[in-house]
Order: sequence, then C-alpha cells, then structure tokens
Amino acid sequence: MSDSEHDYGTGLAVVTDDVVKNPGIEPHRVRMTDKSVKHENRASRQVTAMFLASIAGSAFAIYAYFAFPITAELLTVRVSTLLLGLGMTLGLFGIGFGAVHWAKTLMPDAEVAEDRHITRGSEEVRARAIEIIKLADSESGFSRRKLIRRSLYGALAFFPLPAIMLFGDLGPNPADTLRHTMWKAGTRLTKDPTGTPIKASDVTVGSVFHVIPEGLSDLSEHKLEEKAKAAVLLVRLNPEDLKEAEDRKSWSYDGIVAYSKICTHVGCPVALYEQHTHHLLCPCHQSTFDVTEACKVIFGPASRPLPQLPIAVDSEGYLIAQSDFTEPVGPSFWERKI
Amino acid sequence: MSTASNTQKKGGFLAGTANYLDERVGVAGILKEFGRKVFPDHWSFMLGEVALYSFLVLLLSGTFLTFWFQPSMAVVEYNGVFAPLKGAEMSIAYASTLDISFEVRGGLLMRQVHHWSALLFVAAAGLHMLRVFFTGAFRKPREINWVVGFALFVLGMAAGFTGYSLPDDLLSGNGLRIIDGMIKGLPVIGAYTSSLLFGGEFPGETIVARLYGLHILLVPALILIFIVIHLFMVVIHKHTHYSGPGRTDSNVVGYPLMPVYVAKAGGFFFLVFGVIMLVAATFTINPVWNYGGYDPSPVSAGTQPDWYIGFLDGALRLAPSHLEVVDAFGFTWAFNILLPMIVGVGLLAVVAVYPFIEGWVTGDKREHHVLDRPRNAPVRTAIGAAGVTFYAVLWAGASTDLIATNFKTSLNQVLTTMQISLFVLPVLAFWITKRACLALQRKDREIVLHGRESGRIVRLPHGEYVEVHEPLEEFELYKLVDFKAYQPTLARPNAQGKITIRARIRAGLSRFFFEDRIMPVTGSELEAAQHDHGPAIESQETKALH
Repeated sequence: MSDSEHDYGTGLAVVTDDVVKNPGIEPHRVRMTDKSVKHENRASRQVTAMFLASIAGSAFAIYAYFAFPITAELLTVRVSTLLLGLGMTLGLFGIGFGAVHWAKTLMPDAEVAEDRHITRGSEEVRARAIEIIKLADSESGFSRRKLIRRSLYGALAFFPLPAIMLFGDLGPNPADTLRHTMWKAGTRLTKDPTGTPIKASDVTVGSVFHVIPEGLSDLSEHKLEEKAKAAVLLVRLNPEDLKEAEDRKSWSYDGIVAYSKICTHVGCPVALYEQHTHHLLCPCHQSTFDVTEACKVIFGPASRPLPQLPIAVDSEGYLIAQSDFTEPVGPSFWERKI
Repeated sequence: MSTASNTQKKGGFLAGTANYLDERVGVAGILKEFGRKVFPDHWSFMLGEVALYSFLVLLLSGTFLTFWFQPSMAVVEYNGVFAPLKGAEMSIAYASTLDISFEVRGGLLMRQVHHWSALLFVAAAGLHMLRVFFTGAFRKPREINWVVGFALFVLGMAAGFTGYSLPDDLLSGNGLRIIDGMIKGLPVIGAYTSSLLFGGEFPGETIVARLYGLHILLVPALILIFIVIHLFMVVIHKHTHYSGPGRTDSNVVGYPLMPVYVAKAGGFFFLVFGVIMLVAATFTINPVWNYGGYDPSPVSAGTQPDWYIGFLDGALRLAPSHLEVVDAFGFTWAFNILLPMIVGVGLLAVVAVYPFIEGWVTGDKREHHVLDRPRNAPVRTAIGAAGVTFYAVLWAGASTDLIATNFKTSLNQVLTTMQISLFVLPVLAFWITKRACLALQRKDREIVLHGRESGRIVRLPHGEYVEVHEPLEEFELYKLVDFKAYQPTLARPNAQGKITIRARIRAGLSRFFFEDRIMPVTGSELEAAQHDHGPAIESQETKALH
C-alpha cells in the first residue's frame, strides 16, 4: 500500500480494516484464437486482409487524384473531394482496424499488474534534495547577499517592460475616431453597395434601404472601417406612425427616417426589418428596436437606442444628411459619454 | 574480425541498428523502462487519446493549408473559378481560401479535415475532462495535471477561434465584430485594447495576419508544450484504473505498452484519423464561398459560432435588456457585456479550481489511483451534472432564434424560458443526480448483501413463496464494495480555542458533501449476510427442486 510507505492524513475519510477482501485479478479467460489454430489462422488472415485493403484505399486515392481532376465545373470539386477522401479513409481504416484486430485477437490479453510507487521521494532523497538547495544557496550566497538578490529581482522585474512598450505600436490611440463617421452636412444617402443616390420620392411607404454615405465606394483606404461606422438603414413610415420627440421632429423627412445599422450591443449589423411591426432585429443576439419610437430597445441584450441620422432633401430631391450622428455609433465603450 | 562478422550475421540489420542507437542515445535503457509499462484498459480512457490524435491531424492538415493560404487583408478583385464571386472585391485571405477550396486538388478536403478535427479536438478534450471529473481522477496526486488539462481545453478554444476568423468571410468577420464589441465594453481599457488588437479601427487591415501568427505558431506551440507536460505527468503518476478485483491504490492492472498498446493506441490513431477523413469527405463544413467576403453591412440570419464558443454567445444573448449603466461617474458601464463575460469566465474558473476545493473539504492527503464510480461520490457527481446543465443552457442560448423559428414559438418566450432555466435547471439536475446516485448505491448494497434477483419463484415445503436471489461472483462483487467513504465534520476550535471562519466553512461544505451518504459494505456485513439467508435459500431451493 502506498499508505504504508508514507503516513498521509486521511481527513474525513472513514478508515476501517473491516473491508471486503480483494479477491485478486480475475483469472484469464481463454479466447478462441488462443486455443484453436483454425481461429488463429483466420484472425491472422483477417488482419492481413485489412492491411491489404488499406493499400488498395491509398492506391485508389492516388488514382482519384489523377482520374478526377477539378475544373471550373463545381461538381468536379465535390467528386474529387469525395473520392480522394474515401480512398484515404480506407487507407486509414485498413491500418487502424488491422492493428486493433491484431492486438485483440493475436496478442496476449492476460491482465498484468505493475507496482506503483508513491510520488513523494523517500526521506533519503528528500534530505539530499534539501541539502543540494542549501549547498547551492551557501555556495552562491543567494540568501546571504541581500543586495545582489534584491537588485536581481529589480532587474528581472524591469527587463520585460521595454518588451511591453514595443507592443504600443500595435495600434494608435483610439482618440476621437470612435465618435465620428463619414456623414457630414450635405452628404447624400446612397444605396449599398452600388452608391447610387436616393431620391426621397423613390422611397415608398414601407420600403427599406441599406444606405452608405456618398463617396464611400471611392475611398482608396479605410473603406471597411468607415463602412463599419457609417452604415445606415433608411425606412419610410406613415408620418402618423412615427412618435417623434420635439427636438427630433426636423430629423426626418415626410416619414423617412435614417438610423445607424450598427447594433448598440456588440456591433453586428441590424439588418432585419419587420415591415408590419416596424421593428429592426439584430440577427446576432436578437436585440430588437422599434422604429416608430426612435429605435428604442424593446427586446434583447442591447441597452441603447440606435443613433438617428438627421436627414433632409437637397434641391434636386435627393436625401442628404443634415450632420454627422450626434452620438457615437455601435457598441458601448468606457469613455463614450465624455 | 570474425566475431564482428558473426554478430552481424546473427543479428542482421535490426540488431545493428539497435546497437547503433543504444551506443548513441541509450535506447536499451529507455525500452527497459517503458517497453512493458502497464496501461489499464477502458473505453473512457480513449477520450483523451481522441483529443491527442485530432491534434496531430490538425498539425498535419494545418501545415498543408499554410502552403496556399495568404493571411493578407489587402483587397483584390476575385478572378478564380468560382463564378458567383467573379469580379467581387475581397481580401487576399478570402481569395486564397477560395483558391484552396476550388483550385487545389484535395484542398477542400484538407480544409474540411482541419475544421472537423478542430471541432473534434475541443469536444474530445471536453468529454475527457468530464470523464476525469466524474471518476475523481483529479484527486491527489493529479490536481496539477487537471489544471494543465484545463489549460489545454482553453487553448483549444483559443486555437479554434483564431483559426475560425482567418478566411475573412462574412460569417467569421461578424464573429470578430462581436469580439470587438465585447472588448470595447471592458471598463477603462476597452477602446484602447480594441485599437491595439485591430491596429486601429475595426476591422482594419492587420487582424487576419495577427491571428494567423497566433494560430499557426504561438497557440499550437503552447498546446504542444502543455500536451508534453500532461503526458509526462501521466508517466510519473501512472494511469488510474477503475475499481475491480486485483486493483488497488498501489498497483496498476492492464496490458503492457509493447506490443499491445503500441498496436491498440497506434491503430486507434488511424481510426480517429479515418473517421475525420470520412466525415470531411462526405459532409461540408464552413462553406465560406456561400457567405462572401467580409463586409460590415450585410449579415445572414441564424448566425452561430463554432460549437465550443456557443456558451459564451449564449451568455451574451441571455443578458437581460437595459443592463447597461450609461452614465455612472461619467463613464459607460456595459454590464450587458460584462455580466456574460463574468459568467463565462467564472464557470471556467470554478472548473479549474474544483480539485482544490474538494481536496480541502475532505482533507484526504492519500494518493488516489483507483477511480470512483460516479455514484459513489453523489455530491461531486451532482455538482458535475449541475455544471453540465448550466453550460448546456448557455449553449442552447446561442440558438434561441433557431429554436424559435424551427419550433414556431415566440423568440421572447424562448429567451425568457432560457433565462429562468439557467437558474432552475442546474438546481434540479443537482437534486435529481444526487438522489439517483444514492439510490444506485443502495441498490449496489442490496445486490451485494442479498444477491441478484433471479426472477425464479420457489415454493418452500411449508408453503411460503420466495424469490431466489443469486449471490454475485466474488470478482463482480468486489467492484461494488471497493470505494472510499467520507463523513462530515464539525467546526472544531483551533489551538487558540477559536473556531475560525475557515473551519466553519469547511464544516459546512463537509456537511453539504457527506451528510447524505451510503457506506460501502464491510467485510463483516457481507459475512453476516452470507450466513443469514443467501446459502440457506439456495439450499432450500435445492431441496425444493429435488
């Protein structure tokens, strides 16, 4: 018993000598392959057959590689994938089943016992280990020479600091970029992804437009970053369905309202519009916003309404922004209100 | 000369090689030490093996993919063979993923092998952890190895997530968007961390390359190191075995490494690889060509992460509305994001430290090498069941929308049901499991003491009818009686005569764990039972039959 080698505390265990006697390992049951040469030979043939099947499978995979090339026709990709894969599967299964069958039928299956030794070192070994540590300590003077030791601690604490600083250039300070989007006074609302401007008269009641600011498609850089902030949903309701706050009455145009498409929860595009209820639904976490009531949250984990983009119509009848969003779009961040 | 040529002739090439290796790396000593090492046999010990082998498959298939994949977010016009996307603007990462799928023979197969084996890796590691938990294999001396295994599980999720985002398709891009939103919600450091990670604003042009470095170098290297430590400790401790005849805490019963386990475990690698290959050849996974390249504006309905991230996504969905505090001390506290993160991380933290809690409560410092049958540790098993249930509800929470659409119910009701279930079901699972374990233990005692019901009704000479109970074979019987029992303790005063809070907590926990308990059948109980009626009925039966 390991317990006899070292007296470990037994804690709350109920320790008793009155236990049922351990009968020892069960006697080995002889298999058919142990007592019959016929069975043994059959098992041996089976194992060989499996290994041969493996060779056949691998050979088939090589054949399939050449015989079923992939072309512009998509079906060929499926056929190639399937046949290559099936050939290799047979190649693998043949080896696997063969080896396991070999072990189970032809190798000895009598259980054997091996002693375990307690993990803890013997008293002698432990004494020697302590001696070595003490010796190393006295030879180096690690405990004795406090100044050396403490200055080493200091050096070790400081040496990674420059390495941490080196990560500083992973990205710029967020600064004000989170607060602004491409929208400016006069920017036309255009269709995503074509970039064609939208006439107010083309927006029929009940219709919905996925909108990007004019000029987004022409950006040579940061196109996706700008789109990730500036994407807007444009909806037209019957003006009497809209419950608009006094200060936002001028933000819509004849029942047409524009809201940020970036969810205020964790930033997925709020892309689903339910026409008869005027609800916007985020497909990622099901936050639901009510367009008739300034996109307030009516369900789901989001907390803030979608920011509204104030819009107007220019002299040619196209929808334009009156200004940028008046608050940061998208997910919350610590300094959002500052 | 002649002796030398004689040995050559006797041993031939193999002996020559063996001699060469022994004189240079001491291979004889290694073989002597490990060649006949005994491993116990049980199907549940293969779960860890499945994880190990799927990791090897991941290394093989992943290396193949690196030969074509280009982790660049520079924008190109797609000009490959996949007609629906021809002319579309996309990142090079996405374009090269399409090329691997449509223009490299076996490329799609390897992508699918890689993805399926990643799913299998985390699943097998998780099941292996559950096996270790429910059998008490984490007890002394294996607590540290539990933590190493836990780290492997978390690293597996990290590897999965970093890899999932590489193709830069619409689905994985939205996944990154969610991560960005969660990071931004962190107090104080949120916006800065997001900017450092993405190299500026989301999505930026660097995240794929950065995740690539983590995915193909850092994370797999860490996994490999932890696997080595994990297996090294298995060698030090030797494998646990289930209770049974001949098994004790001071031996290990099973089959020798050479030849049996070389054949079985080696063969098993090919079987695991074969299953992955078969699934990859026949079932499509992550058809990125259907989603298109990443664009921050569109999104597809019914989006879901890979299964192992599901519980975190579910936690996000289950957070109640309007949790966020927009303006406390001038800052924004995104509790709708923080709370789910705390729940997810908290759940993992409890898993990591559980062995130390149980070890502290039992105070049992002995080495445990014989595994518990789950029923013989009712409260531990019940805790595990409650934990699994909690995880399962979070996980199902990631499918609220699909459940609502498929079962034609209201999304609101599904979500509310899940929110309630998250608290109610684990308690229920705990209670049912604990009761079931105690009942099974009672049944075991019954069988040990009175034998198994045979279904044969016998009429005794004086007219009484009895059912014959057949006594168990001693080997079978031993499996049912060999387990360790514990009893609760009182809070005892320490040397200063004070009852510390620590002592009170431990006493309380010990009651929680061991108040309700069934003790193993003792030797004298068994003897008394055997004298009592077992043989008596048997002999009466014999009389009756003749």
